[in-house]
Amino acid sequence: MINKKKLSFDTKFELMRFTVAILIAIGLSFVTILIVSHEPLLALRKLFLGPVESFRRFGNVVELAITLSFAGLAVAIMFSANQFNMGAEGAFFASAGVAAMFSLALPLPPVLAPLFAIIVGGITGAIICVIPAWIKMKWGASELVSSLMLNYVFYYLTKYFAFTKFKDPNCGFVGTFKIPEAAKLAKIVPHTRIHAGLIILVFVVIATIFFMKKTRWGYNLIQTGQNPHFAKYVGINTGIVIAYSQIVGGFVAGMGGAVEVLGMYNRFQWKELPGYGFDGIVVAIMAKNKPQYVPLAAFFLAYLRIGADKMATATDVTSEMISIIQGVIIMLVAAQAFLSHRRQKMLVKEVSKNV
Amino acid sequence: MSDLLSYILTAEFGYSMLRVTTPILFAAMGSIVAESSGASNIALEGNMLFAALFGAIGSGLTGSVFWGLIIAIAGGLIISALLIYFGLYLKTDIILSGIALNTLASGGSIFLMYVILHDKGSTSSIKTLVCPNINLPGIENIPVLGDILSGHNILTYFAFLSVIFVWFLLYKTKLGMHIRCVGENAEAAASVGIKIKSVKLVSLLISGVLASLGGAFLSMGYMNGFSRGMVSGRGFIGLAAAAMGQLSPVPTLIASLIFGCADAMSNIMAAMRIPDEFVKLIPYVTTVVGLIVISSWRTWRVKKKRIAALVSAN
Repeated sequence: MINKKKLSFDTKFELMRFTVAILIAIGLSFVTILIVSHEPLLALRKLFLGPVESFRRFGNVVELAITLSFAGLAVAIMFSANQFNMGAEGAFFASAGVAAMFSLALPLPPVLAPLFAIIVGGITGAIICVIPAWIKMKWGASELVSSLMLNYVFYYLTKYFAFTKFKDPNCGFVGTFKIPEAAKLAKIVPHTRIHAGLIILVFVVIATIFFMKKTRWGYNLIQTGQNPHFAKYVGINTGIVIAYSQIVGGFVAGMGGAVEVLGMYNRFQWKELPGYGFDGIVVAIMAKNKPQYVPLAAFFLAYLRIGADKMATATDVTSEMISIIQGVIIMLVAAQAFLSHRRQKMLVKEVSKNV
Repeated sequence: MSDLLSYILTAEFGYSMLRVTTPILFAAMGSIVAESSGASNIALEGNMLFAALFGAIGSGLTGSVFWGLIIAIAGGLIISALLIYFGLYLKTDIILSGIALNTLASGGSIFLMYVILHDKGSTSSIKTLVCPNINLPGIENIPVLGDILSGHNILTYFAFLSVIFVWFLLYKTKLGMHIRCVGENAEAAASVGIKIKSVKLVSLLISGVLASLGGAFLSMGYMNGFSRGMVSGRGFIGLAAAAMGQLSPVPTLIASLIFGCADAMSNIMAAMRIPDEFVKLIPYVTTVVGLIVISSWRTWRVKKKRIAALVSAN
């Protein structure tokens, strides 16, 4: 009975704290715009209402939310094992390139073509993300540093193969040949670019929830992340848990990269790391590593992003402002001591009410 | 290949190696000071980005190299202040805070550059002043050695002096002793009256200043001006160098020189006919391999010690 009360109080407090953190972040963007812009009202309107000004723009939000959901899920799974693996960034880039190259090298009939390309992308991501964990297990080197370095390595490797072996000489910019129509993901909502990746995402979210909550593997993963010593004590092989969590997370990141390139582009043409790995961290932190909240958090971030793009094209405020907001959101949401004095007051009130 | 070898054996190569080691060395020393107190400074990369930006604009606006450097350090310390506030006071996981601050700095530097100069690519519209090069009297006249060691940017000499500074700070001062105590066993340190939070705060600040000097070198020495993303992982390479050097200044210096050598080699190979992408990944591959070698050597040594202890116990 008491236990149940405590739990609901904690949830209530967490929710309150989360809301305050998001409000502070939004307030910060408000103040920033007021300071730097010559037309603050227009900038604010574009930022907060730009995405719903037309159906097409709202479509953009959903398109981006699909990508960010994949990134968020991948990071949530990897961070659940308490591993600061940044590999999702490199995995996204490399598997987008690999999926495009695969569909060019091996033309397959419709349905099969995207299916295999996404699986190949997923495997690429899994390999990239398990390497830092493997290095850590085998030699004890920090996964954070090695994954950051490997991101650059896979970035340059992918660029080399995509833009030498598969480069389209007739293309006006640097890019691969056009991805065959059979391999592309179909558009499913008219007048937008929302593609079949949305359906794939729904399956992946459900599968991840099932994996984390209903399987022994997911249970061991959460135990290992929360308290590795205890997990070891009760007989969980934490090394294996860490390895498969990075493989599964990497696979999801790789799928995300493949879905992105097959759904949104005609060819692979990324010149820089897209930053989705880091966006995935914001999404995962906002969702508290819970897969069921990932799409919501991804939608929120996608909304801000598209709003910022509209703001940047219409006014003198650049879209990079969102990185500042993103950084603040990560730190505030993850801050253990944020509003902790309020928690005490709320607890006293709650208890005295019950007495 | 023989071209490469004959180039590496020139004094010019030695000179360029010391030059490209500079920012890595500053970052690595910054990492040592922070990590020794048990507070990881992952935000080094962000420190460097902000310092590079502020230095480029600051020296241009004030027309003074000295004030440019001060502004660069102040800019870098904005990131440190946020790291301290969130990591130490709001108890956000300090590694996560560092990651968040790097994200903030990468976009924030472009955002600020646009606000101040209306340019999203570089600070080319402003004339950045470069820190002076120094000829070492006496040494400059020695053949070969003089060409390698003399005529560097003043910040390069500061970087190498910072190794001595960090060694002196950690091993010869009271503050350094406190930093190492807190890092090794915070509770024990607290029980003898050391203020954990203040010690971590000071070490993160020193770390931020060192990293900022590395960032300032990039825009006020290595290049003259800031361009987006110009730090490109050097903060992380510094982090890896400190990890390889097991947080001791001299081994970390050696690790930084190895990475600097890889970086300098990639600069030469760019001039040869090796694909650009392969050239660019050399420093990063070297870092990963270096990290693996040192970590495996360390675990091997621990194992050996344990076996030796077992043998002697029996």
